[in-house]
Amino acid sequence: MSARTLVIAGASCAGVQLAASAREMGFDGPIVMVGDEPHLPYQRPPLSKGVLNGRTAVDQIGLRGPAFYDEQRIELLLGRRAVALDVAARRVTLDDGSALAYDHLAITTGARARVLALPGAALDGVLSLRSLDDALRIAGELGRVRRVCVIGGGFIGLETASALTARGIHVTVVETQTRLLPRSFTPRLSKYIADVHWHRGVNVLCGRGVRAFLGTSRVEAVELDDGHRVECDLVVTGIGVIPNTEWARAAGLPGDRDGALLVDTRGHTPVPGVLAAGDCVAMPSPFTARPGRPVRLESIQAANDGARAAAATLVGRDAPCVAVPWFWSEQHDLKLQMTGLGEASDTLVLRGRPDDHRFTAFHLRDGRVAAAHSVNRPAEHLLSRKLVAAGVAIDAERLADESFDLKSTLAPV
Amino acid sequence: MPAIHYILKDGAVRTVDVRDGLSVMEAAVHANVRGIDAECGGSCACATCHVYVAEADLDRLPPPDELEAEMLDAVAAERRPTSRLSCQIIIGPALDGLTVEVPATQS
Ligand SMILES: Cc1cc2nc3c(=O)[nH]c(=O)nc-3n(C[C@H](O)[C@H](O)[C@H](O)COP(=O)(O)OP(=O)(O)OC[C@H]3O[C@@H](n4cnc5c(N)ncnc54)[C@H](O)[C@@H]3O)c2cc1C
Ligand code: FES
Repeated sequence: MSARTLVIAGASCAGVQLAASAREMGFDGPIVMVGDEPHLPYQRPPLSKGVLNGRTAVDQIGLRGPAFYDEQRIELLLGRRAVALDVAARRVTLDDGSALAYDHLAITTGARARVLALPGAALDGVLSLRSLDDALRIAGELGRVRRVCVIGGGFIGLETASALTARGIHVTVVETQTRLLPRSFTPRLSKYIADVHWHRGVNVLCGRGVRAFLGTSRVEAVELDDGHRVECDLVVTGIGVIPNTEWARAAGLPGDRDGALLVDTRGHTPVPGVLAAGDCVAMPSPFTARPGRPVRLESIQAANDGARAAAATLVGRDAPCVAVPWFWSEQHDLKLQMTGLGEASDTLVLRGRPDDHRFTAFHLRDGRVAAAHSVNRPAEHLLSRKLVAAGVAIDAERLADESFDLKSTLAPV
Repeated sequence: MPAIHYILKDGAVRTVDVRDGLSVMEAAVHANVRGIDAECGGSCACATCHVYVAEADLDRLPPPDELEAEMLDAVAAERRPTSRLSCQIIIGPALDGLTVEVPATQS
């Protein structure tokens, strides 16, 4: 293969996987990876889990060892941000004014935490959690805080709440929607999760918005829209993310409503020479209710599989991304594992009992397994991935019957 | 520092000196040992950090807990009595010289 330069903008999960896969698949041209964080690429999932509860040290979360980048001839430009793109000249401009010429560009700039533009948002002690620096800042506060208000009852908010509760901190979670995890969970599962948090001492307030952060220099309370005050000495917001794509869209790359770059299942953007993967893209998925609708999945699985597909495209191999979506979360002593997309599912089937804290909730769409959410049932989760991938048709009664061997529904391979 | 020996797919052996407290998976990732994918970063959620522990070393390890045992049911390569998830094996002085073999595939 000719030595053509690959520039990767964004040095995290998707970027590193894309570089690693490209090398594995035989790409031998120069690879330059630009990342605006000062750290060697690291994993984000532990940030809201082990890093906050004190079980994981920072030196444990590297995506690859430092020598990897040299060995694989990946030039890392860290602390440098891509600010402009010229697709006609095939050139990326960085924030220090320098420019990188490319033959192939891969955009893996991910997403950033959405911030709440409310009175008091600039007070000390109002933080969000996306990067290692964010996690270190929060961890650095933990010695002196007693009450934390978490804004947002999604995965990041709830993981943060459980990690901090484990450290003896009193946590209140405020969620605008009427239930937790509204985007991913059915009301019944939301209720189950809320109960688990209640029992662990987390104060869960749903259906309430935030009006302001109160305090003089440092946050002292959160004012809710019903006038209620949540006293706290630290606020962590987890209210969703915004794709880091403004610089690329300014060059003409199309985005969806949220700003995610539109790619096909091979990682192509509509612009020649430009690929993209990870949290910054929306890709057509066969697992949506309307197959082929582009979705943006914020997960390690989507980042890795999208990056592998893009790397294949780069070396002229056709290996589109058809991977089944999966995701996990850890809250208190629950291991939650989710697969598939539950949208427009019509039947919910429980296998196992929530009271035992070991069960799977299967979502059926037209009699087929569309999604499954497992609690402390890792083997069933892994099997569910296969059921979703194969679009297995299954009878709800059998599914609920634990004496029925689910494996038998998969055709032998 | 305890040394861990990794037998790679091609039969070659990589020996890595590891600081106490890291997992066999983390040590492999840091040293860029090929063949341990570890997609979930050690959360016992992905089963892509599967290894075979050398027979002679088996009783140096505490047995897998319930979650790990269940995950092992779903590893991509053949499951053997020596199968473990390397992210669940925490290295300490007692594991100096541990040998693990990387399976044919992780996914
Ligand atoms: C706290 C936390 C916990 C999570 N837990 C889980 C979990 O349990 N399971 C799971 O599957 N997923 C989890 N996720 C989601 C997962 O981490 C993301 O899906 C994944 O990191 C996406 O990878 P990415 O490479 O696409 O983007 P990112 O990880 O966002 O990386 C993008 C990188 O590009 C950099 N960048 C941005 N703009 C530019 C620019 N213009 N120039 C140069 N660099 C730029 C960013 O600073 C960043 O370093 C979690 C995320 C967070 C924040
Ligand atoms: S790294 Fe995922 S199970 Fe071990």
